[in-house]
Amino acid sequence: MKSICFYFQVHQPFRLKKYSFFDIGGDHDYFDDYSNRTILKKVAQKCYLPTNALLLDLIKQYGKDFKVSFSLSGVFIDQIEQYAPEVLDSFIALAETGQVEFLSETYAHSLSALKSKPEFEHQVSEHRKKIEQHFKQKPTVFRNTELIYSNRIGEMVHNMGYKGMITEGAKHILGWKSPNYLYANVINPKLKLLLKNYTLSDDIAFRFSNSAWDQWPLTVDKYTDWLNSALQSDNEVINLFMDYETFGEHQWADSGIFEFMRALPEQVLKHTDFKFLTPNQVVKHYDVVSPLDVPYEISWADEERDLTAWLGNDLQYDAFDKLYELEDKLKELGDEKLLKDWLYLQTSDHFYYMCTKWFSDGDVHKYFNPYQTPYAAYINFMNVLSDFITRINK
Amino acid sequence: MFGWEFPPHITGGLGTACYGLTKGLSKHKAEVIFVVPKLFGDEDKTYVELTDAEKVTIFQTRKSFDEFWKNITYLQIDSTLLPYLDPQIFEKYIQQSFKISQEHIKEEAFETHFTFSGKYGADLITEVTRYAIVAGTIAKDHEFDIIHAHDWLTYPAGIAAKQASGKPLVVHVHATEFDRSGEHVNQTVFDIEQKGMQEADRVITVSHLTKQIVIERYGIDPSKVFTVHNAVEPVELEEFNITKHFDEKIVTFLGRITFQKGPEYFIEAAKKVLQKDKNVRFVMAGTGDMLHRSIERVAKLRMGDRFHFAGFLKPEMVNKLFSISDVYVMPSVSEPFGISPLEAMRSQVPVIISKQSGVSEILNHAIKIDFWDIDAMADSIHALLHYDGISKMFKTYGKTEIDHLKWENAAYNVIQVYNSLL
Repeated sequence: MKSICFYFQVHQPFRLKKYSFFDIGGDHDYFDDYSNRTILKKVAQKCYLPTNALLLDLIKQYGKDFKVSFSLSGVFIDQIEQYAPEVLDSFIALAETGQVEFLSETYAHSLSALKSKPEFEHQVSEHRKKIEQHFKQKPTVFRNTELIYSNRIGEMVHNMGYKGMITEGAKHILGWKSPNYLYANVINPKLKLLLKNYTLSDDIAFRFSNSAWDQWPLTVDKYTDWLNSALQSDNEVINLFMDYETFGEHQWADSGIFEFMRALPEQVLKHTDFKFLTPNQVVKHYDVVSPLDVPYEISWADEERDLTAWLGNDLQYDAFDKLYELEDKLKELGDEKLLKDWLYLQTSDHFYYMCTKWFSDGDVHKYFNPYQTPYAAYINFMNVLSDFITRINK
Repeated sequence: MFGWEFPPHITGGLGTACYGLTKGLSKHKAEVIFVVPKLFGDEDKTYVELTDAEKVTIFQTRKSFDEFWKNITYLQIDSTLLPYLDPQIFEKYIQQSFKISQEHIKEEAFETHFTFSGKYGADLITEVTRYAIVAGTIAKDHEFDIIHAHDWLTYPAGIAAKQASGKPLVVHVHATEFDRSGEHVNQTVFDIEQKGMQEADRVITVSHLTKQIVIERYGIDPSKVFTVHNAVEPVELEEFNITKHFDEKIVTFLGRITFQKGPEYFIEAAKKVLQKDKNVRFVMAGTGDMLHRSIERVAKLRMGDRFHFAGFLKPEMVNKLFSISDVYVMPSVSEPFGISPLEAMRSQVPVIISKQSGVSEILNHAIKIDFWDIDAMADSIHALLHYDGISKMFKTYGKTEIDHLKWENAAYNVIQVYNSLL
């Protein structure tokens, strides 16, 4: 069987407000409610609502033949609950079709898997509750923040009862191997791995509207040809993993991205042997070809496909270590408000803003960054954290 | 008096010192015409008559700067338009004729060649030159007895004014190129500084330290160099009733984050203090070319939750910061004077200053250390934070000491220098 597996990542951080040294000790509201609400509402109009409507149309049209999957971060769900309940309703409508799968992830879109097993497990379980509450599904496949994966993380995820996990088809890990097969964790082969086909994913997610690209404009005909020629055998799956904001936000509506997505299922279903599957179905239907050894963490970010976008310089290490040093004391105190702030401070974006490797992937970094410089991001975060620490010590 | 900035538009100590000095001079009934390149309109004009150099250029060039005017005519610009020119158009003329005016200046005032590269942009030198041209004009239009020029940016203006009027020139050295750049001096700036000091009838330095540099590095005749230490404006402490929201004590660094100010020694000392005592916060206020490196170093030392960067602060925020500070450190590698410790002491903050600062020549109630001696710096910070005996003494007597450092007294010394020329 040949199949295509779509997974869309949906996430928005709780961005911090401008917080100066003079605020430490006197101001315990850290988040920029205005810009968080404004950004969420803007992206809802440009991306979430129109794309959800489009997908719902397609599912109505093709029934069981068209499926997609999502991973919604807990902090994203918190924001749509507060700022845009109509977006939540549109995701619930998709869930009710039975053709849409929701994956597990960490509640805060955090890097906790790298630092604290108890916190990681806690966040996954909180997120799981949230998904069950809204979408009436029990996820069986796990997606870690930024597709960060290693043998050790895979083992943790397996021990939490998951059957599959998705990650990046990183070239330096795969070597000559193809991402279009199902692999397994080295420590416990019961955990199956779906790998992102980054070439075909990024053709849509990054290159679609780039008129300097020699393949521009990308038509559905052309893309379907590529899908066909990408496979060597019948036992393969093409994992198309991307940020959901690709639709309407990263690739603007006038680029034709919506028309592309609207036309793709018909072309695929009529002119190829591909089926659309969700990650859980891929895990069920395919056999593992081999274990995949990933001793050091990989991710889906930048050329390096490693952690350096979040944990690559001293600014990030200092902020990250200081934040997690607080865990034991916070859990001992058990204060709801403190735990919630701590959770929101763990969101990976805060560390991403402190990234200093601007040059190769600078444009992408800058696009998502509310700060002028990584130094400003670090100073602001540390000021907030300093205040947070004074509250814990009171 | 030729300056480069005047409150509230200040980038450093120079504007503050010029303001204090003119205020002090007015107490001694001296009249001051203060010339700055650009007026914003909200400068304090209580004690001085401020002259906007740009305005003078625009309205008075034609009638009083004939030599320069010929050059413009030479460039075949329709002369009937000229009396009604707006500043932008005039600027274009200035730029077109810059080559000529530059040579004009070169012959008269400098033998330096104006080839510039490095950290001072060509624009700044253009400004300095234009300012000098205007200075000649102003010198012809006003009555005065003494020309007083502050720092190298205004030395060409001082020389031009001297040539136009024949009046004696006093140059006031607030900083030298060696203070700003260490041993990597910009030769052009050095040449302008040296020329200014040579042409001057008297050189005023802000400290003995600077006097030594002027004599040794610039080869200036010691008999015409005089030290007049800076002073500080008194303020009422009640103005800053700020409460701090946390318990930790605060140790402050305030100044440009550049080589000259020694920020890296403060950071290393902070780490040593924090190893002994976690209940301290360090604040570095200011900006500069070493800011990013400093932030990285703080992160590397894993003390980002105790070491805060406050950015560039406006005067009221500076006072606010002093009012919550427990120790002020000025670890300057080279500081001709250094007014900021006086401002800290005025707010009853005990200070640690480097021996390599001019202000250390006049202060008694301050801890003086070598800028590179981070152990001594850490030890002093710790002592001032924990041993009430010394910090109380510094607070009480430091304030008294500062109250005697009046601009009025500094201005009196400046007048003595003037009198030696009249």
